[in-house]
Order: sequence, then structure tokens, then C-alpha cells
Amino acid sequence: METKATSRLQRWLWTLIAWGLAALWAVPVLWAFAASLRPADEPIKRGDVWFGSTLTVENYSRAWSLAPFGQYYLNTFAMVGMILGVQIITITLAAFAFAHYRFKGRKLLLYLILLQLMIPTTALLVPNFATIRSMGLYDTIFAIAIPYFGSAFGTFLMRQAFLEVPRDLVDAGIMDGCSWWQLLRYVYLPPSMPTLTAFALSSVSWHWNEFLWPLIVTKSDAARPLTAGLVRFTQLGEIGAQWSLLSAATLLVAGPLFLLFLIFQRRFIESFVHSGLK
Amino acid sequence: MSTRRTRSLVPYLLILPTFVFVAAFTIWPTINAIYTSFFRQRLNVARFREPTFIGVENYVKLFHDPRFLNVLRNTFIYVLGTVPASIIVAFLFAWLVNRKIKGVGWVRLGIFHPTILPMVSAATIWMFFFTPDYGLFNTTLSRLGYQGPQNWTGNPHLALLAVMIVAFWKNAGYYMIFYLAGLQGLPHDVFEAAVLDGATTWQQLRYITFPLLRRTTLFVTTIAFIGAFQTVDHIFVLTQGGPSGASTVLLYYLWQIRFEYQDVGKASAITVILIALLLIFTVSNFMLSERKEEA
Repeated sequence: METKATSRLQRWLWTLIAWGLAALWAVPVLWAFAASLRPADEPIKRGDVWFGSTLTVENYSRAWSLAPFGQYYLNTFAMVGMILGVQIITITLAAFAFAHYRFKGRKLLLYLILLQLMIPTTALLVPNFATIRSMGLYDTIFAIAIPYFGSAFGTFLMRQAFLEVPRDLVDAGIMDGCSWWQLLRYVYLPPSMPTLTAFALSSVSWHWNEFLWPLIVTKSDAARPLTAGLVRFTQLGEIGAQWSLLSAATLLVAGPLFLLFLIFQRRFIESFVHSGLK
Repeated sequence: MSTRRTRSLVPYLLILPTFVFVAAFTIWPTINAIYTSFFRQRLNVARFREPTFIGVENYVKLFHDPRFLNVLRNTFIYVLGTVPASIIVAFLFAWLVNRKIKGVGWVRLGIFHPTILPMVSAATIWMFFFTPDYGLFNTTLSRLGYQGPQNWTGNPHLALLAVMIVAFWKNAGYYMIFYLAGLQGLPHDVFEAAVLDGATTWQQLRYITFPLLRRTTLFVTTIAFIGAFQTVDHIFVLTQGGPSGASTVLLYYLWQIRFEYQDVGKASAITVILIALLLIFTVSNFMLSERKEEA
């Protein structure tokens, strides 16, 4: 039998280990943050790697003036918003059909859609690039977004959530003469909102962070999102190894999503636990 | 029986939008890639610009090309190195932060936050971190007694390891969330009974936790493998596949062949190989877990 004292000691030990690991994991980002606040004329040298003589935000304003980050922000917002807006409609409708109806070819259609989980869109960049070209969409925000308008992952998640809605509730709705639209709106959707939130958060963070596909289908600043803009920025000749400036640009790109996550952190993790993701 | 057996068109119309986009950007391009892989088409060579049927020549050439074989080798090292490591660590993290700890929210944030960073941002930060001489990675290592080469991203023996470290660091926290969700869904009374019976921590893990989390592990393994094949953003930032191909993996090579060498036929053949690897993996992973379930 453990005594009270050893179990308290044990708890302290676990806390210490957990804090140590979390600190270790956070060092790269904390270091970049510290560096981004360092005066530009104090390069980082051996021995004094953490802070400069004063803290300043001039690196952020310089990064902002050296590349059209404002435009990149707008592009990313438009792209992420467009994808999520369309996805919410397409996945809800398809998931409802798969969960509520029995019809010929249901299984086949579901499997065909689920293929998208096994063959990720990124792997198909060569043929999809040809499609975008032939549709005349090259170098538009639309070109980045359109391959993601249908989502097997979202359809599957929402279908699982809809299947857990109590049958009695659905039957009662049918007895009351609800149309399919009313059933979806008032019976299926309300208990499935945590799943939809989880999907929305993962969709936003996935597409905010995506790089390769946007790099391929855009070439001008008018369509380029933050990620592709950042990589272009790091390769600008005049940037070189100005790490304070680079860190500032990096954090500019990651910032808004980070804030969104901090605000919704509890929600985010709870949604994961609630949705069929476990 | 509330699931409607129906002959109406409503369900088909509801599925139509999703189906159209999946057909246009998953099913059709897969077929198209297979078809195109049997043709020679190189956009930067005038006489090869129009596609000509050449059978399986693209595949034969690829498998005789030492550069491609090297790419396959790197890909396997990358996938088999990052996936199990990040899953094991993810489980340990989840197990650690699932207990009563002061400030557990901050600990979770500390471990999870790399997930929220774009991979290109994470890689840029690590480029800084890896910098020879004053980069924190090197200064810390040398303080711990490390005497080896400093320039990890520029060293042919270390470049692949460097990009693997970044992927490992970024993904472990993401997979942790799934295990955390799994752990919180486990029945408490089983553990209480086990403790009363005198089961050690290791026995609880071995005979209760692991078996009950098998579905979580299957899910995490699947997304981790697919993710490992489809993320090359950090390679663009850190090494551009170099030095001399030392950190080139399949998807990066695919991009190079299509957009630097402009070889559409060969790029299509690589696409087919990539899809085949992904399918072989997901199907065998699934079957393996089904068989275990029967046993």
C-alpha cells in the first residue's frame, strides 16, 4: 500500500516531468518569438542567443513592408472561408442521405467517396494541375479551393454523428410530418454540432497551413496564400540570414490561427473527444 | 424502422454535390494518371511535347534509375522512422497529461501547439534552430558533449534526419489528442478492479489500456502514414531535397519531375506508384487489425 507521502511525491515527480517535456517542446517557438522582438541591428551571436538589449516590434513592420502580407492574409481568409462554407453544405447533405435513407447503390457511392481518404488530393497534384489548367482557373484562389469542396472525411464524420441520433426522435419527427429538410435542421443537426465544430476547426487549420497545392496553382501575389508567400519571402535576396526578421514573418503567418486556437482550445479538444474521432 | 427505404431521387440529389467534386478531383485524376503513365510526354523537349504511347517504359526506366531507387529508400526511412516514433511518444504524452497535474492546460498547449503551426512556419523556425554555430539546436547539443557536424540541413548524412526531426516534433502533439480522447473514454471501474487485484502500472497498460485503445491506434497509424507520404513542405524550406538528393522523398521527387523536369509521363508513373503504396498500406493495415480482432 502506498503512503500518502509517496503518492504526493509521485504526483510532484509526474508534474515536473510533464512541465519539463512541455517546455522542451515549446523551445523552438519561444526562441523564434524572442528573436522576433530583438532589434534588427543586433545580430544573434554565440553566447547571447535569447534576448537583445531592448524589445521591439520593428521586425514585424519591416516584414509587413517587404512583402504584401496584407494581400496574403486576404487570400488565405478567402480560400479558407470558401472551402469551409461549401464543405459544410456538401458534407451535411451527403451525410444525411447516407444516414437517413436506404437506396440502391448506397454502399457503392459511400465507398467511392471514401476513396478520397485513401488517395489524398495532394498525391494527385499532377492530373489535378492539368484539370485546373483546362478549366482556366490557374492562378486564382478558386483553383486552390475547388478540389476540397467535397470531403470524404467530413461526410464520414457527419454520417457517424447522424447515426447516433436516437431513432425515436427521427420517428417522432416523421409522424409530425416533417419534410426531409426539417428533419435535418431540427432533429439531426442540433445533437451533431460538436462534430461539425470539430470538422470546421480541422478544415480551417488544414487549409490555412497547406503549402504544396497553392504553390503549384498560383503564381501571382493576387492569389498566393500566406504559406506560399512566406516561403517566397524567405527566398528573397535581401533577407539573407536576418533571423529576427524571418522569425517575425513566420509568426505573422501562424499568428491568427494560433489565436483562434487559444480562444477555442477547450472547445477544440472537447470536440475531438465528442466526435467519432476517438 | 426509421431508415427510409426509398425510390425517390432525394438521396441521390443530396449526395450529388459531394460526388461531383470527389469524382472530378479524386476518381478521374486517378484514372487519368494511370492512363498518362503509359505515354511519353515532356513539355520542355519540342519533339516529345505531344504524348506518344510507350507502354510501361516509364515504369521500367524508373526502377532502373538509381536516383529513383534512392528516393524510395529515403521515403521508407522517412515513413518508418517518423510514424512509429511519433505515435509512441504521442501515447506517452497522452498518458502523462491524462493525470492530475498542476497547470495541465499549459502542458497540453506546450505539446500540442506545433500542430497549429503551418509546416512551412515550423520548418522556418527549425531552419533558424538548426543554424550552425549559434542555432540553439547546436549550442545545446555541444553543451551536451556533441562534437559532430554542425550543419545538419547541409550534410548528406544528416539532412534526412533533420527533416524527420521536424515532422516528429510537429506531429506527436497532434496524435496525442486522439490518445487523450481514447484514454478519457476508458471505463474507470476496470482500472480500479485491476488495482485492487494488485496489477502493476505496466500490467494495466499491457492488458487493459493497449487492447482497449486498439481502434485509436489503427486510426492514428492510418492518418500518420498517409500524412507522412503527403507532407513535404518542410523539405521545400529546409533542404530542397538535397544535398544531392539525400532528403528527397517520393512526393518531393514527383513535384521535381513534373515542375522542374516537365516530364508529365514519368510524373504520372510516380503518381501511380505513390497511390499504390498508399493503398497497399491502408488496406493491409486494416486487414491486419481485423484479423487481430478475431483472434
